[in-house]
Amino acid sequence: MKRIFAAPVALALVLAATSAYAAKDTIVLGMQDEPPVLDPTQNAAAAIDVIFSVNVYESLTRIGEDGTVQPGLATSWTVAEDSKAYTFKLPRGVVFDNGEKLTSATVKWSFDRAGAADSTNPTKRHFGAIAAIETPDPETVVLRLKQPSSLFLSYMASGGAAIFDPKSADGNKSNPVGSGPYKFKQWVKGDRVVLEKSPTYRDQSKATIRQATFKFVPDAAAQVPALLAGDIDAFGTIGATETLDRFKSDPRFQVIIGSTEGEVPLILNNNKKPFDDIRVRRAVNHAIERKSIIDGATSGYGLPIGSHFPPHHPWYVDLTNRYPHDIAKAKELLKEAGYPNGLEINIKPPPFAYARRSAEIVAAQLSEAGIRVKIEPVEWAQWLDVVYKQKNYDMTVVAHVSPWDQDNYTRGLDYYYGYKSDAMDALMKSALVESDEAKRKGLYEQIQRKISDDAVHAFMFQLPRTGVYAAKLRGFWKSAPVSVTDLAAFRWVD
Amino acid sequence: MISFTLRRLAAFVATLFATSLVVFLVLEVLPGDPALLMLGIDAQPDAVAALRTKLGLDRPPVERYLVWMAGLLRGDLGISHTYGSSVSELIGERLVLTLPLALIAMALTTVIALTLGVYAASKHNTIGDYGVMTATQVGIAVPNFWFAILLVLLFAVALGWLPAGGFPGWSEGPIALKSLILPSFALAVVQAAILARVTRSAVLEVLREDFVRTARAKGLTRTQTLWRHVLRNALIPVVTIMGLQFSNLLAGTIIIENVFYLPGLGRLIFQSINQRDLIVVKDVVVLLAAKVVVINFVVDMLYAVIDPRLRTAR
Repeated sequence: MKRIFAAPVALALVLAATSAYAAKDTIVLGMQDEPPVLDPTQNAAAAIDVIFSVNVYESLTRIGEDGTVQPGLATSWTVAEDSKAYTFKLPRGVVFDNGEKLTSATVKWSFDRAGAADSTNPTKRHFGAIAAIETPDPETVVLRLKQPSSLFLSYMASGGAAIFDPKSADGNKSNPVGSGPYKFKQWVKGDRVVLEKSPTYRDQSKATIRQATFKFVPDAAAQVPALLAGDIDAFGTIGATETLDRFKSDPRFQVIIGSTEGEVPLILNNNKKPFDDIRVRRAVNHAIERKSIIDGATSGYGLPIGSHFPPHHPWYVDLTNRYPHDIAKAKELLKEAGYPNGLEINIKPPPFAYARRSAEIVAAQLSEAGIRVKIEPVEWAQWLDVVYKQKNYDMTVVAHVSPWDQDNYTRGLDYYYGYKSDAMDALMKSALVESDEAKRKGLYEQIQRKISDDAVHAFMFQLPRTGVYAAKLRGFWKSAPVSVTDLAAFRWVD
Repeated sequence: MISFTLRRLAAFVATLFATSLVVFLVLEVLPGDPALLMLGIDAQPDAVAALRTKLGLDRPPVERYLVWMAGLLRGDLGISHTYGSSVSELIGERLVLTLPLALIAMALTTVIALTLGVYAASKHNTIGDYGVMTATQVGIAVPNFWFAILLVLLFAVALGWLPAGGFPGWSEGPIALKSLILPSFALAVVQAAILARVTRSAVLEVLREDFVRTARAKGLTRTQTLWRHVLRNALIPVVTIMGLQFSNLLAGTIIIENVFYLPGLGRLIFQSINQRDLIVVKDVVVLLAAKVVVINFVVDMLYAVIDPRLRTAR
């Protein structure tokens, strides 16, 4: 009788002891947007990368918190003398979650698929630059480029360049199979995605979080109670920035303000009247006042910018004083351009809080200079069609979140900026093939000045990253140069 | 009875056909390219074109309409552009949340409304009546999303009794019901306020009829008369409104599902419109139209159950 009793009692004691002393090893992360599919080679939604890049899917390289290119799946690489060939070394014994082996042949297969004629990969243009892929042995891949590209290594970090297993690739849409430290467990559409530590990952010591749940809370107002009620441990980017003070004074949370790669310009349609005239574009630059816009659109957390370049980067040139706030000057420029009585234009902001709020403040500021702005809000699908594709707009506001996206200014009249400059094309071309860091820096400084001098847009602010995290959570990124969540670095402290 | 059923069936088919045509045309003129939306602004134009071909978006509109209708007739709702899975599966996944949510909200609505309505009518022109009238006025005036936020702040944040939102799924067992308490209550309050007022005036009207006096005269108590005779005779307008309300609840959960981030049908419609997942939008709209016709049919049947005179009239 005694013995029968002893076993459950002992078991209960052990259970009580382990649950009391074991550190927390699960986490619930909130995010605003749900990925429509779980495959970054089929859809450009940033939410896919937030959950799966680095954690489940691996690319050859990855981008670190400071924006630099770091080893991803590839442990190291060498660049040929002419900058036209990259040799990547893969670790030995890499397996996918389904047990299939990952070798250089898998890399070749993935890149051939991404660059194929019928490919619908969102980053297809990065693969058009590859002339040949060689696989001398299972742990070595050589990529030969048509021409040197100083951005090639960072392109290889994107979700669109993830390495897939040929057998499971088509199913990754709803059942992701990758080689990273986490494996996919469950997707409850509309509610959550659950990842758990992968037992087949090559370095088991890396991650301490056993299970991570990404929960989707689209409504900015609902994100606050979800955190307060303890349903969610962290939001990397919280929508309602005006509530951050509330979290700052609550000891259960830490509020972390960082930067992103998202430059937010007041975009001007350079190929359409009246903004085909540089004087009108400069007038707008003089008429806006950044402080009020930043306060109103980002609760004061955005950093002012004067050109298309992130202020946290060492190569940043401060051009915020290139066009000081000066209503008289703006009016004078408008008069010179043939608009002595001011003019009437539209602004079409997409449905993001920072965009809608900036648009309203900009409209009020421009009216002081005699520019009457009609605000025509559009939803995202409309924005892509009417503004981006048909270029039927005068002004708009949208964050440009890709790193090194200054090449947008060389996409010519087909691109929705409607901006074309031979001088800019030449600068960009040199910057892309330049392998000397000091010279590249100089070229990027010239590019920043050129964009500002031509007053292509009126640059407003860098989109802030406004994170709220449980007080005992460590290892998350303060700034987010790319939209990934490096779960393996997360940990709980006592 | 047969001609009645046939007429109903004809109306059903005509409604669905008209709805399908209208929703198809509206979505045709709505700006937005699903392929561009899926591949994003860095996509190469030829990749977008390839995707359009893959999705069949480059076919002429008439052909796309006929293909869709042919599928519907076979019971095949098609494949979602964005999710890549079958639409019937998507709708099914969402209905297991929205249907129970709407049913619980409707049950709450009925219980609250009938109790308050009959009570107010029986206490006509007393403090109790005025109390109910004021409370229901407030209930109608308060927007349900705002009321929902108040509920969350009290029961989830301050008291910690219920989750602030989300739905764990039925696989977690009855605990999942906990997630539906606040949303169904938030949905029910406005509907109950409206229905309580309808019930009150319907009951008041019946109370003036002669048979009520007769019932009392033959020895029934006030309460017995109210619940056995008066309410039954007052039910026709109440059931009519309930039918409308249930139709609204199924489609009208969009806002509440957003506040409580519940993965229901309302969220699916919202997401599908934003992502220009046109096939899902079209299917759901037709489905909702079909549902309204069916609910109206059920309400007609209920009339006959409530009032035997209507059975012979047809």
